[in-house]
Amino acid sequence: MATFKLNINGKIREIEADEDMPILWALRDQCDLVGTKYGCGIAQCGACTIHLDGDAIRSCSYPISRVGDKKITTIEGLSEKGDHPLQEAWKALDVPQCGYCQAGQIMTAAAFLKENKNPSEQEVEDAMHANICRCGTYNRIKKAVLEASKNL
Amino acid sequence: MKVENKHTSRRNFLKVSMATAGGFMVGFNFIGCKNETAQVKVLKDLPSKWVDFDAYIKIGDTGWVTILSQNPEIGQNIKTSMPMIVAEELDVSWSDVMVEQAPLNTEWYERQVAGGSQSIRQGWNTLRTAGAKVRHMLIAAAAQQWEVDPKDCTTSEGKVIHGEQSLTYGELAEAAGKMTAPEEVKLKDPKDFKIIGKSQTNVDMDGVLTGKPLFGLDYKKEGMVYAVVLRPPAFGQVLETVDDAEARKVIGVIDVVQFGDKVAVIGNNTWAAMKGKKALKAKWNQKDKAEDSAYHTQVLMEHLQKKTKEAKREDGNVEKAFAEADQIIERTYEAPFLPHNCMEPMNFFAEVTDEKVQLVGPIQTPAWTESRIADLLKRDAKDIHIEMTRMGGGFGRRLYGDFALEAAEISSLIKKPVKVVYSREDDMLAGIYRPASAYRFKAAIKNNELTGYHLTEAFFNGSMFGDMPSNFPCGAVENYRVDCHNIKSNVTTGAWRAPYANFLAYAEQAFIDELAETMNKDAVDFRIALLEKAKANPVGEKHNYEADKFIGVIKLAAEKSGWYQKENKHLGFSAYYSHNTYVAEVAEIKMNGDRAELEQITCAVDCGIVVNPIGAENQIEGGIIDGIGHALYGEFNFTEGHAESNNFHQYRLIRMGESPKVAIHFVESTNDPTGLGEPTLPPAGGALANALHAATKQRLYKQPFMKELKVLG
Ligand code: FES
Ligand code: FES
Repeated sequence: MATFKLNINGKIREIEADEDMPILWALRDQCDLVGTKYGCGIAQCGACTIHLDGDAIRSCSYPISRVGDKKITTIEGLSEKGDHPLQEAWKALDVPQCGYCQAGQIMTAAAFLKENKNPSEQEVEDAMHANICRCGTYNRIKKAVLEASKNL
Repeated sequence: MKVENKHTSRRNFLKVSMATAGGFMVGFNFIGCKNETAQVKVLKDLPSKWVDFDAYIKIGDTGWVTILSQNPEIGQNIKTSMPMIVAEELDVSWSDVMVEQAPLNTEWYERQVAGGSQSIRQGWNTLRTAGAKVRHMLIAAAAQQWEVDPKDCTTSEGKVIHGEQSLTYGELAEAAGKMTAPEEVKLKDPKDFKIIGKSQTNVDMDGVLTGKPLFGLDYKKEGMVYAVVLRPPAFGQVLETVDDAEARKVIGVIDVVQFGDKVAVIGNNTWAAMKGKKALKAKWNQKDKAEDSAYHTQVLMEHLQKKTKEAKREDGNVEKAFAEADQIIERTYEAPFLPHNCMEPMNFFAEVTDEKVQLVGPIQTPAWTESRIADLLKRDAKDIHIEMTRMGGGFGRRLYGDFALEAAEISSLIKKPVKVVYSREDDMLAGIYRPASAYRFKAAIKNNELTGYHLTEAFFNGSMFGDMPSNFPCGAVENYRVDCHNIKSNVTTGAWRAPYANFLAYAEQAFIDELAETMNKDAVDFRIALLEKAKANPVGEKHNYEADKFIGVIKLAAEKSGWYQKENKHLGFSAYYSHNTYVAEVAEIKMNGDRAELEQITCAVDCGIVVNPIGAENQIEGGIIDGIGHALYGEFNFTEGHAESNNFHQYRLIRMGESPKVAIHFVESTNDPTGLGEPTLPPAGGALANALHAATKQRLYKQPFMKELKVLG
């Protein structure tokens, strides 16, 4: 057991945890930030995607001891009022079905759009390939990412 | 019309609703109010008092209306579309509505189930009547106040109007609550609908997009611990011994308890419990047969060659038709077991105390689960309270409350509030799978007409039920027979989105396509001719479809896909009736070098009135992509009684780049709505198989197609 000081959505939080605990569980069980989802635990589905210093990572496979002073952003901290262009596009197109995968989809897309501000359809497909949506909302996700890229 | 709630006292119920309603405010601002000022105004206007009218409606003194959504939400959008139906008849503006998930209450609600695509269809009249009755009471209250005849009053967007004067529902709520509800009430003419038929955003949108605790896995309660359960790794096994010494050493592990053949590791967080479970050393004993996939295939095939004692349906004499045929076509189609793989793994919260049993989580069948838990714990059903959370998918898996029973049992053992959490591996290995099955179709052709049709089913732990044996082309063929073999397997099986139809439809529609080709007929014209025949001159007692509606979707899909101008295109046609809804789909394959790519599915749907178009289209598209994905990739094999795949690295689900575009066309209708959660899935596999045949000349008889066809690789 060790104590970690993490910068999560701009706030410093002290967490006591086993060193190999993936950040996912620290966020969900210890910080009450349950927007980041558990889907597979082996970096295969993208449901747990968060940002570490702006880069998208799979929080289910990233031990808390490796975070250091890197800044964590979760879906709860993506925008102050829930009005990130991606969130707006998601709303406008009524993207979710069950909704479970969507936080991960948005976090993956948000990191991607920072790198590529004017993506093609193919580039969106490639960037989003590792995010599963069991409900099959892929076409709406793709459209929403393209839509959001126009309003960055 | 107030009915006592056996589960929670009315005050309690109201208190809960106030809290939840507050939680929904932000979500509703997005829907109702588009600008900042309006949001502030709305927040000021939060009611200080609510009047509850019935199981569905509460009206606040400021005009806000809370509508309770009775059925569990698994992503089929009923938490939005069912309240829309109530709001329509209540005649309130949708932007003044908040939606709240109702808990299980078997006295208030008739059918709190998510399954069979029946929520909207079976709720339609009840929901409309509930809204209309309260509207009637509001009018009565206004008329009394104005001393006018209620017949001279009208309503609009949350107001009762009489000539120049009007009162808001908020102003009238208290007086209206004292009125007697009418026995009968007139419902709106569909042409006057203002909410139904207009796209409304998912009511949980804001929560989904900002990470609010909506799902079962997100639920928490003070003092709650986490349980991860070790279950027998293979079917047919029982627990012999378990050594938990290492598990107990894991940081965060609180306890280890055994129940039946399972061992639960209790932790103060999920990770600790998961780690603890991995540290358990268990010995298992193979009590029952260790089945494997080769065995499954072998028994299915053996049964297909046998006749049953009693046919499920028999018209005419198929034997005679085959004896007299010019040509006989016989084909066999094989389907594997499939896990559901809901994105949110199974989980449930339980707190069992001497006073009550509190359960919270994702469940498609709360009432059934309640009675099973009552039996399990030997408790009175009235002690048991179930709240349904939003579900990260269901697909049939959450019909079976096994996970809720585990939670209840563990909580009663450790005497703590507990959340049972399945890892993805647990979820995939402790499944209640779509059973493997095989279908043999045999057709007699004489004078280039279909004269005999014999379908034999071999299925594990079940067989076609209800009116399924009277599916198309029943009614259109003089000699028709269906035989079903129900074979026992110790692999746990159950319903999987569009049970039976999810594979049978592909087999049937691929066979029909091959028949049309053999007879040198156009695949669409062939279907229409059969349907015309079933309509004009039906064979046998009755069949389960309406030929006109079937023809309607077939013609619409043919027209919209350019079926008759398809010279250089590779199109595949499929049409299927299930869950009271008619669907036709056309798949288009493009060859990219030597790779076949699925470009688009054009889909025509007759589901009666479309309640919420934007949600309906999402269901249609999701069903199609699900059907395509599993037809292409779904593979789940067994070795020595255990599944070979346990996570997404070994089980391929369709991804964004593999999903086709979907073009959706509704048949315009004023008929009562039918379901949409399932019916677009069944025809998808057939459309794809037939298009792949058009592109490659290869027929597919087995899923997943990936394994059968190189060009898909
Ligand atoms: S839960 Fe992390 S990628 Fe699936
Ligand atoms: S919306 Fe259900 S998994 Fe994506």
